[in-house]
Amino acid sequence: MSETASASIVDRIRGRLEGPNTIGNSTPFWVGLGVVFAALAVFPLLTDPYTARQSSRYFALAFLGLSLCFVWGYSGILSFGQVAFFGVAAYTFGAIGINFSSATGIGAATIGAVAVGTLFAAVLGYFMFYGGVRDVYVTILTLVVALVLHTFMAQTAGSEWAIGDAQLGGFNGMTGIPDLTLGVGASGFVFDGIELYYALLFGLFVTYLGLRVLVNSSFGMTMVAIREDEERTATFGYDVPFIKLVVFTIGGALAAVGGVFYASWGNYVDPTVFGIAFAALPVIWVSVGGRESLLGALAATVAIERMQTGLSGGVGDFLGPEWALVIVGGLLLVVIMFMPAGVVPTLDSIIKEQLAQRRGQSSSPTATEEASD
Amino acid sequence: MVVDSTALYGLLALMFQFFNSFAFIVLATVGLAIIFGMMGVINLAHGEFILVGVYGTALVFHAGIPLPVAMIAGVAITVVFGIIVERTIVRHFYDRLLDSMVATWGLALVIAQLLLIVFGSSLGSISTPMGNVAYGPYTSSIYRSIFLPVVAVLMLVGLYVLFTRTEFGIKARATIEDPETARAMGIDTDRMYVATFGIGSGLAGLTGALYAPALGSITPDRGSTFLIEAFIAVVVGGPSVIIGTLSAAGLLSVFNAVGSFLAGTFVGQMLMLLVAIVALRMLPNGITGYVKDWQQRRRAEE
Repeated sequence: MSETASASIVDRIRGRLEGPNTIGNSTPFWVGLGVVFAALAVFPLLTDPYTARQSSRYFALAFLGLSLCFVWGYSGILSFGQVAFFGVAAYTFGAIGINFSSATGIGAATIGAVAVGTLFAAVLGYFMFYGGVRDVYVTILTLVVALVLHTFMAQTAGSEWAIGDAQLGGFNGMTGIPDLTLGVGASGFVFDGIELYYALLFGLFVTYLGLRVLVNSSFGMTMVAIREDEERTATFGYDVPFIKLVVFTIGGALAAVGGVFYASWGNYVDPTVFGIAFAALPVIWVSVGGRESLLGALAATVAIERMQTGLSGGVGDFLGPEWALVIVGGLLLVVIMFMPAGVVPTLDSIIKEQLAQRRGQSSSPTATEEASD
Repeated sequence: MVVDSTALYGLLALMFQFFNSFAFIVLATVGLAIIFGMMGVINLAHGEFILVGVYGTALVFHAGIPLPVAMIAGVAITVVFGIIVERTIVRHFYDRLLDSMVATWGLALVIAQLLLIVFGSSLGSISTPMGNVAYGPYTSSIYRSIFLPVVAVLMLVGLYVLFTRTEFGIKARATIEDPETARAMGIDTDRMYVATFGIGSGLAGLTGALYAPALGSITPDRGSTFLIEAFIAVVVGGPSVIIGTLSAAGLLSVFNAVGSFLAGTFVGQMLMLLVAIVALRMLPNGITGYVKDWQQRRRAEE
C-alpha cells in the first residue's frame, strides 16, 4: 500500500519534470544525473582548493548559460544582452554590499541585486515586445544596451563616480565586494571557498529542475509555440508580447542570480562583463551545447569554461595560451556547421536511434519497418 | 564681429565633425548592409573583414610600397579572403539568419585572435595624409573630414548605379528576390552569391584600407569599433540598402557630432547609442521600412 503510494508520488514528480521539451525522460537518465550530482558533491573533497574555486566560477556562469538557453532556445528570443542583467546585478550587489557589510546588509544586497537585474529585464522587455521589436532587431537592441553600459561603466574611473563607499572604478572595476552571507544581524554564515561551491551546486541543480518543470508545463508549451510560429500562436488567442515579456524577465532574473554569485565569487566586477567578448560567451555555450536543451547549455558552459582554463596553460609545446580563443571560436564554427542543433541534442538523437535499432532487431522485421516510418 | 567669427568657426567645426562621423558610419556600414540586405546573412565578422583590409594595407605599406598601391593591395586581399570564407562557411547559412550570426561570431573571434598571434599586439601606425586645415581655434584633418566623406558619397552613388542600372545588378537582385525563378531564367545564382559576398567583402576591405592611415595604432581589437556602428546603422536604416545606410548615417552622425562637439566623444557615443535604441523602438523596421509602410498605407487610402 505504502509502496504504491510512494511510487505514485515519484511518478507524479517525474510527470512534472519530463516532457517533450527536455532531454532525458528515462530512468537511466535520472540515475546518471544523480551520479553526476553525487560526483560533483564529493569533487571538492578530492581536489585542491584552487580547482574547486575555479569550478564555482563555472557554476556561476552556468546561470548565465541557462538564462540564454531559456529565452533563446525555448522562445526564440536571441538576446546578446543577458550579460547586461548579469553585470547590473553584479554591480548592484557590490554597491549595496560594500555600503552595508553586515549579514543583513548582504542579504538585502542579494535580494536587491536580483530585483534590480530582473526589473531591468522587465523594463527592457516591455519596451521591446510591446513596441513590436522582433527577431534580429531584439538581438541588436540587447547588444546595444550592453555596449551602452560598457561605454558608461568604462569611464567611471573618477572618484565622483561612487555610490556611498562603493567606487565604480572605471576600467579597473569595483573591488572589495563582500562574500555572500546568510544570516541576520552583524554576522552570519559566510559563503566562501567550499561553502560557495556547495551553494552554487545546489542552486544550479534546483534551478535546472525548476526550469524543467516550467518548460514542460503548459506555459512552456506556449513558449515553444511562439518559437515555432509567432503569428499562429497569436491567432490562437495567446498574448504573445506578454508571454515573451514574462520569459525575458525570468531569463533576466536567472542572469541576475548568476551575476550576484559571480561578484561575490571574485569579490570584484569590472566593465568587461558588458563587453562584446563576454557577451559572446553565453551564445557560444548555448549554441555548442544545444540551444533547445537546458542540460546542453549547462554542460557546455562548464565544459567550455573548464577547457578555457585548461588551455590557458597552453597545449603541448607548440600552442601557447593565446590559442585558447582560436580553439573556442573554431569549435563554435564547427558545431554550428555540422551539428546545428548542438552537441547534446545530436548525441541524444544518436542514442535514441541506436536504442530503436536494437529494439527493432529483437522483434519482427515488419515492426522495424513501422518503427523507422 | 569677433563673436560672429567664433560662432562661425564653431559651426564649421561642428560641420566637419559631422562629415567625419558620417563618413565613418557609411564606410563601416555599406559592406555589412549589402551582405545583409542582398543575402539575408548577418556577418558578425564584418569588423574583422575591415581589419583584414587594414592589416593588408599596413603590411604592404610598411614593406615600402606607396600608400595608394598598398590600399589597392589591401582591398584585393580582403576580396580573396571574403570569397574563401563564402565558399567554405557562409554558403551553408543562407536563409539561416540567427545561425549565420553565431557562426560568423565564431569566425570573428578566430580572425582577431589569429591576427594577434601572427602580428603581435599592434602594427606601426601610418600617418594620416593630406594634413590639416586650421581655422580660428580649431583644426580638422582634411583626409578624415573632407576626403573620406566625399569617398563615402561616391561609394553610395556607385552602388546605386551598380545595383539598379547594370545587368549584373538586376541579376543579383533577381537572385535575392526569387532564386528559383532566377535559375530558371538562366542566371547562375551560385555565382551571384559569391559575387555579392565578394563585393561586400571588397567594400569592407576598402573601408579598412581607407582607415588604415586614420586609426592611429593598428590593433587586432579594432574590429568591434567598426562592427558596432555598422550594426546600429544597418538596423536603424532598415531593409533598403543604399537609402537606409544614407539616412541612418545621417541621423546617427548628427547626434554623434553634436554630442561630441558639445561634451566630448564619450557623450557623443552614448547619445548615438541611445538614439539608436529609441529609433528601433519607434521604427521597428528601420527608417526605410517605416517609409515603405507609410507609402503603402497612403496608397491604400487613395
